[in-house]
Amino acid sequence: MAAKSIISRPVYGTLSLQPGKHHLFVADAEGALAITDLASKAPAGFFANAHIIFILGNDGKHVAALQALKPAQFYQGHSFANALPRLKQTLANAHMGLRLYLAGTEGLIGQAMQAALEAGIDHTSIQTEHRGSLARRIQCVHCKGITENVTTQPATCSHCGLLLLVRDHYSRRLAAFQGVCINAEDRSEIPPAEEIFR
Amino acid sequence: MSTGTTKLDVVVSDVVPVNELVTRFHFRRRDGALLPRFSGGAHVVVEMRDGERTRLNPYSLMGSPLDTREYTISVRRDDVGRGGSLFMHRNVRPGMEMVISYPVNLFSLDLRARKHLMLAGGIGITPFMAQTAQLAAEGGNFELHYTCRTASLGTYADVLRERYDRRVRLYHDDRDERIELDRLLSSQPLGTHLYVCGPSGMIGWVRDSAASLGWPTETVHFEHFAAPQPGAPFDVTLGLSGRTIRVGEQQSLLEAIEAAGVDPPYLCRGGVCGQCETNVIAHDGKFIHNDHWLSEEEHRSCKKIMPCVSRFEGRSLVLER
Ligand code: FES
Repeated sequence: MAAKSIISRPVYGTLSLQPGKHHLFVADAEGALAITDLASKAPAGFFANAHIIFILGNDGKHVAALQALKPAQFYQGHSFANALPRLKQTLANAHMGLRLYLAGTEGLIGQAMQAALEAGIDHTSIQTEHRGSLARRIQCVHCKGITENVTTQPATCSHCGLLLLVRDHYSRRLAAFQGVCINAEDRSEIPPAEEIFR
Repeated sequence: MSTGTTKLDVVVSDVVPVNELVTRFHFRRRDGALLPRFSGGAHVVVEMRDGERTRLNPYSLMGSPLDTREYTISVRRDDVGRGGSLFMHRNVRPGMEMVISYPVNLFSLDLRARKHLMLAGGIGITPFMAQTAQLAAEGGNFELHYTCRTASLGTYADVLRERYDRRVRLYHDDRDERIELDRLLSSQPLGTHLYVCGPSGMIGWVRDSAASLGWPTETVHFEHFAAPQPGAPFDVTLGLSGRTIRVGEQQSLLEAIEAAGVDPPYLCRGGVCGQCETNVIAHDGKFIHNDHWLSEEEHRSCKKIMPCVSRFEGRSLVLER
């Protein structure tokens, strides 16, 4: 679980059943377990109005468990980028009464939420549950490039190569944490990188 | 301590009968200056000096927020109410000097919405007059569904149809026309916000339907337009000021507290803003809660009351005032 530090640092809850006509789940890797946990509390027939978009983890697990819930629609993909057109399309055609549930890594939750905000859903109406890796999506404040799956502090910007202090400062609009040059005064000063976002 | 209720000295610039029940009042500033800006959905509290008695009733501003030369309100005559609307209809004439509060908005548009779906019942149309004017000026996307008893009581229905054409749908009770609410609510694009203003039965129906159809609470906005209900007189002890006062049949508890010279906070005087929330120190009897602020649990706990609209029946009540 992510601890609360500064106000923009997102906090996640536990998926809970919402009243609604349609239920859209977006999850990656171990996020599937948040869905199956929710399913154990769901009334019969709940998944008949559900659509699950699942991004496989490296272990390729959980697909069978999700399919066993018999959702009306099921999609599996290997990256969020692959799933994004489908998510956008689903949101664009959706009506009020659709409820959104996001579960898995912070990167997945953040990027799916970004698509949802663009579609007009308020972030407070979205159910989220963090499962799995704490790896972060970082925006470098200097070159504005995004680096995915950052697990170390500090981290190197994959675009401009600066060494970045990974902050808790988070942007919902960018779905990214902020990275600021850690040795701007003296580039030769290179603090050791620790793997802290696992 | 009447929070946010700084006063404006105005003169009644016009009084226009709209139909058999509704009259419109126009106010301008006595010094000729522009009035403060407001946003659609705002209300003002109008002070009515009626002999010994001062009534303070909230009315939605219905003019365009783009025009602050004057404020307009529409008042529906309520022959069995507590007399505020009758006073407006009978006593208020052009040229009369009155005092109103600064506008306060407890029913504002959420401008992040992709679409604004508005449901009005009867005189609940007034805040939507201002909101539709505001949205139309900005090119906003809205749809208004307006239920009235009969065509002749469809206050401003003609004006709205003329201004916004098919963005306005009318339903007449006497012709058995009903909003197909479930269908309407289920066919709205994602990002729609819902606004409802009308009788409490309608508000409850719309809120419940929206909730069960999966509208998140932050997308559902409502304003209950009812004045405090009259009821049997009762006695209250104000624990802090050590006074015992009587709340008259036609008086609200808030008005009785004010009449005793205590100046409690208020904003809406309609049970929605939460400003007047008052702790109960002791009671022997039963509460008649009429507000939309406290939760059901708080109502049952008998520890709080909203004196602007709620009453009490029983032997004794002590409030922290
Ligand atoms: S004054 Fe607003 S709730 Fe009582």
